[in-house]
Amino acid sequence: MSDTVAAEPVADLLAKFSEATPRESLDHPAVNVPMKDAVAVLQWLRDEQSYDFLVDVTGIDWSETTSPRFTAVWHLFSTTKHTYIRIAADCTDDANPSAPTATGLFPAADWHERETFDLMGITFEGHPDLRRILMWDGYPHHPLRKEFPLAGIETELPDIEVADETQAKVISAPMMGGPFVASNKGEMNLTDAEPRAKDESWNEAKPKPE
Amino acid sequence: MATEFTVPDAGAKTAAASQEFETEKMSLAMGPSHPSTHGVLRLQLELDGETVTNCDPVLGYLHRGDEKIAENMTYNQFVPYTDRLDYLAPLANNAAYAAAVEQLADIKIPERVQAIRVITSEMARVSSHLMGLGAYGIDVGAWSVFLYTFTEREKLYTLFEELTGARFTTSYSRIGGVSRDVPEGWNERVLEFCDQFLPILDEILKLLTRNKIFMDRTVDVGIISAEDAIGYGLSGPNLRGSGVKSDLRKDRPYWGYEQYEFDVPVGSKGDCYDRYLCRGEEMKQSVRIIRQAIAKFPAGDYYAKDAVRIFAPKKDKVMTSMEELINNFMIVTEGPQMPAGEVYFEAENPKGTLGFFIVSKGGGVPWRLKIRGPSFCNLSILPKVCQDELVSDVVSILGSLDFVMGECDR
Repeated sequence: MSDTVAAEPVADLLAKFSEATPRESLDHPAVNVPMKDAVAVLQWLRDEQSYDFLVDVTGIDWSETTSPRFTAVWHLFSTTKHTYIRIAADCTDDANPSAPTATGLFPAADWHERETFDLMGITFEGHPDLRRILMWDGYPHHPLRKEFPLAGIETELPDIEVADETQAKVISAPMMGGPFVASNKGEMNLTDAEPRAKDESWNEAKPKPE
Repeated sequence: MATEFTVPDAGAKTAAASQEFETEKMSLAMGPSHPSTHGVLRLQLELDGETVTNCDPVLGYLHRGDEKIAENMTYNQFVPYTDRLDYLAPLANNAAYAAAVEQLADIKIPERVQAIRVITSEMARVSSHLMGLGAYGIDVGAWSVFLYTFTEREKLYTLFEELTGARFTTSYSRIGGVSRDVPEGWNERVLEFCDQFLPILDEILKLLTRNKIFMDRTVDVGIISAEDAIGYGLSGPNLRGSGVKSDLRKDRPYWGYEQYEFDVPVGSKGDCYDRYLCRGEEMKQSVRIIRQAIAKFPAGDYYAKDAVRIFAPKKDKVMTSMEELINNFMIVTEGPQMPAGEVYFEAENPKGTLGFFIVSKGGGVPWRLKIRGPSFCNLSILPKVCQDELVSDVVSILGSLDFVMGECDR
């Protein structure tokens, strides 16, 4: 289902940026670029190829054991040609992933980059105001990373006064009988297909262990 | 801290007063539970008198981690979660998600499914805009509009209930089809609704369109230029209100939208009033599309034949056929087996373009599923558009952007 109309900018892009390579995609044209070229590519697409609409900025975590672990992805749309293009760049540092900011090109990048930083932990260099956006300020984790458990991790309440007063914490979600959790393995595995965090060590008859 | 007053028409007297008295800016938290924030949005405003000098939206009060949840369940299981994105138009969300996965699996859905999705999505658009319009009326002080729009929305919800079994969170679309076929005589009842709806819609719009108070609150308030609208990634009526003729139903037709005749209304100025006018006209165009879709409602199946390994088989087949029982078991436990790859699909939803970016490594669970909520992008322009506006106009701007936090915070 690839777009034949949009195939041209890809060829031009590959010719102009020698280190760029085509990226596998099931629908829209997609290009891998080195991280240092990412902003230049976005600017070229915006100015020369009329991809004027930044649809989305996001990140992919390819698991703790993979290197490069993080990939930043940009989706652009052309409001005149009505085609999409996907730009992807691998983060060079697995421990402290970073990417250059596109806020200078697209104001829309501001919140998308804050969200990617918040949930995935990719730092956008040069972002004017890189704060968390969905989680609260001071939250210690990046929930969309693969090592972060679905149930969550116990953390302190964001408000210190309330935490002191109530001694309450943000607790991980009880998963017993919770969402029917499956795993990304592909093969038939009933243990994994059942709720992953299922905990039957306590019930009405047997009290919850401390 | 001495500051200059920037209130319009501030005379020399005020200027003298500001030198004499020490003035300071006030910090005001608008929300998270404020009637005009339509959910749980907090605007941290910095005020100089009544003028907003800085606006910092604080999100995340409704963050449920939908993207994380999606990585931990099969493609089919995620359908009900899409209801809760834009919970005012679940029918459109379900269909957009299903279409994204269908693009991944390369499934072609039958024409009947396409028509059902078009009809339900347009009905969802009407119901969402009715809600938005009614709430906007309340925001700017016109209570009665809400009562009329809610009555019409109620009629739509009765139709949704008849079709899907649920009124609010419908979970109607499935990957490769819809959960059940259209009931006998339902299409005729939709047409009956359309017939009686248009005169009432005119009446509702008449309450506002030339209403002096409403115009005072909206005309020339919250102007968004076309460049800003594109730059900030606005979509839907908010983008079109700024004069950008961009509608994915026209630009990249899906589900056979190319065969229906409809107009895309665009604004001329990009103020709150233009966005209101766009929504009003869009409802009329939606009715046009519904009528055409029902007029040539195709016969056929309500699910794709080649989605047999994705779409759960009929219950009676499961109970009587060994093959179907095994198939059902595999779909439920392992999930529908998808090819590895990346897809991005966007649908023109009532609030804007709802996009799903799916990264698959094969198997029944997505490796990464990114949801592009239109309300998230639509709200990102708030700091810019609220700058130097009056506090009371912030309420008007918020209402005109017609956002829903379920989709913004995900």
